[in-house]
Amino acid sequence: MAGVLTDREQASGTVGATAPAGSSSGSGSRGDTPAPGRRPGRPGRSHQPGRGMSRMRRNDLFWAAVFILPTLLGLVVFYLWPVVRTLLISFTETGPFGGSEFVGLANYRELFGDARLWETMLNTVKFTVVALLGIPVALVIAALLSTEGLRGVRIYRVLYFLPVVTMPAAVGLIWRTLYNGDVGVINALLGLVGIEGTNWLSNPATALYAIAAVGIWLSLGTQIVIFLAAIQGVPKDLYEAAALDGAGRIRQFWSITLPQISPSVFFISVLAVIGALQTFDLIFVMTGPTNPAYPQTETIVAQFYQRGFVENQQGYAAAIALVILVVIVAVTALQFRLQKKWVHYV
Amino acid sequence: MRRTSTLAATAALTPLLVLGLAACGQSTGGATADAQPESGPVTISYGIWDKNQVPAMQKIADEFHAANPNVTVKIQVTPFKQYFTTLQTAAAGGGAPDVFWMNGPNVKLYAANQQLLPLDQTISRAKLDLAKYPEALVDLYTYDGKRYGIPKDFDTIGVWYNKALFDAKKLAYPKDTWTWADFQSAARALTDKTKGVYGAAAPVEDQAGFYDTIPSAGGQVIDAAGTKSGFDSPEALQGIEFWTSLVKDGASPTVQQMTDTSPGDMFKAGKVAMYWNGSWAAVEYSDVPELKDAVNVAPVPAGPKGQVSVIHGLGNVIYAKTKHQDAAQKFVGFLGGERAAQIQADAGAVIPAYEGTQEAWVKSMPQFNLKAYVDEVATAVPYPASKNTKAWTTLQTDLLTKVWNGEVDAATGLKDLATQMNAALAKEK
Repeated sequence: MAGVLTDREQASGTVGATAPAGSSSGSGSRGDTPAPGRRPGRPGRSHQPGRGMSRMRRNDLFWAAVFILPTLLGLVVFYLWPVVRTLLISFTETGPFGGSEFVGLANYRELFGDARLWETMLNTVKFTVVALLGIPVALVIAALLSTEGLRGVRIYRVLYFLPVVTMPAAVGLIWRTLYNGDVGVINALLGLVGIEGTNWLSNPATALYAIAAVGIWLSLGTQIVIFLAAIQGVPKDLYEAAALDGAGRIRQFWSITLPQISPSVFFISVLAVIGALQTFDLIFVMTGPTNPAYPQTETIVAQFYQRGFVENQQGYAAAIALVILVVIVAVTALQFRLQKKWVHYV
Repeated sequence: MRRTSTLAATAALTPLLVLGLAACGQSTGGATADAQPESGPVTISYGIWDKNQVPAMQKIADEFHAANPNVTVKIQVTPFKQYFTTLQTAAAGGGAPDVFWMNGPNVKLYAANQQLLPLDQTISRAKLDLAKYPEALVDLYTYDGKRYGIPKDFDTIGVWYNKALFDAKKLAYPKDTWTWADFQSAARALTDKTKGVYGAAAPVEDQAGFYDTIPSAGGQVIDAAGTKSGFDSPEALQGIEFWTSLVKDGASPTVQQMTDTSPGDMFKAGKVAMYWNGSWAAVEYSDVPELKDAVNVAPVPAGPKGQVSVIHGLGNVIYAKTKHQDAAQKFVGFLGGERAAQIQADAGAVIPAYEGTQEAWVKSMPQFNLKAYVDEVATAVPYPASKNTKAWTTLQTDLLTKVWNGEVDAATGLKDLATQMNAALAKEK
């Protein structure tokens, strides 16, 4: 395996390639360097790499191109072009009404010397770590919900899923009133058991975690639904065999359920990390610049917004955007590497 | 499996869409050529943000049309939250309204970037007398010696107080001539911890806060040219400590409390006895039956250098790239005249900027001492602004919140703020 990992691009680009023999290997071209750059004529399962192309193959390619084209166009116009523009803008000082001046790497130099970048980055990392704690919670709930013969599963499912379909901005506003230090419900409940609450969202020590808790609550629904589906896909006979061998429910969860649904866990964790790294709306609605805890809660995307759209420093903001992009791609690539150690594809 | 990993990889790329900054548009040249009268009917657009003022604006537009049958004015309302973002995008693309509302923090940004038409010709053609508007407002819309906006209305700051809370402590209501010392002692006397009542609210607030107390102490937030911070002066320190001392003494809720519940809401709920607020608040309080007769307003208390309120007001401006310069000039000339001011005064809502037309507004809510707001104009200072005001108001919020919170002592915090603000101002050139 180590031999494969030496080639960085190869490692991050081919997911299935090092998976156990017999799995669907050879899925060569994937997302991070979209299709056109890769050689299209990669050998399929049983084909030998032939010198010329058969007519059928060429025909296939033509139709493939026809079907890919609409998506590709959308991708180029709405994804790739903005990225290129952002990259270009990041080398300029762009005025609020357009009109830009090339400044080379000045934005990046300023950015990496700016303590605020590292602070907001640290906040973002903290937020992400806390947000990931939601995954085990979702797993446990999903496992409980899939208990044989449980009544009202549908109702639970709807209840857990409800936050997903509400707008984060609205959710943020409601939770703000719940967290209110003087008249909030949470402090009132804590008061009943003799605990004196704090100003959850304006206390620098608690604000980030209070928001992350809401983030978890918001994303729990999607995660549970995906885990539920995955758990239902686990063959029943595995459990029967385990039960015959005397494994209890908890042992079954660890030895059967978890390994069997590990691809879903991986998928969710990739999504959760990306979502958390991009958090903006919740932070913006629940704290905001006048909050004394804002320095402890401002995420890197919030900083991007502030610089680009409030302070009219679009070149600098573009540089931040690219840093975010690089971080997200790097973290995701790392996750894809690490998955080989714990994800089992059946 | 393959599908899942592709999905995850696609998700990894999604931020690109969100973060893609597609700035469009070209740089602009200022249009200063003489306006050519057009033959035939034209329609000009008038961009505003307050839908409560649409009736008055429509009436003005109709009367203007009656006098100039060739010109029709179409009013475009954009809610304030999106107004300046939309306007900026439209201006960059060459499609801003011909005439639109402008405010203090933004006017210099637009003027410096050649988005506004200098109005000297408009003023001379309509024979407008600039002495008829508050001087501080005329200055606010002046950049590089040129006038870019005709004052439309104005707002000043006053101290609203809850009469019942004064009665409960058997305290006399604030007089028009009161001082900082009177305010501070009243705030302490009105504070009642057992009832959860605070004498005053001292939030980290600029316009209805330290933008008033700093000049009252003899200092300034920014120099007249808009190039140098005034936060590092002893007077500014005095103006800031006016507020922080209230928080320190417990006569005001803490910053954290005021973050959770806005001080304006606390005032309306009778938990705060005195609350600084702009003249725009009168309509709001007048509309709430429980508040209508329970509250009243006094002018800001006099500091070491007297009674000073900050004055802000909207201006009517012309888009530099308008295709109907002649019609736009005529309309802005009409907007700046006495008749348009009178229509606004009759409608209530705002105080018109034109001299002598404020009386109608004062009389519109006789239960309040609204004359206090109008009388303050004589000594008012302009709203602090520069070319990129937002860049340093952000710093202001950041650093002063730390000062309010006690994380940084006031003198150090203000020195930091001045240094950083000067750096931001230096970048504007």
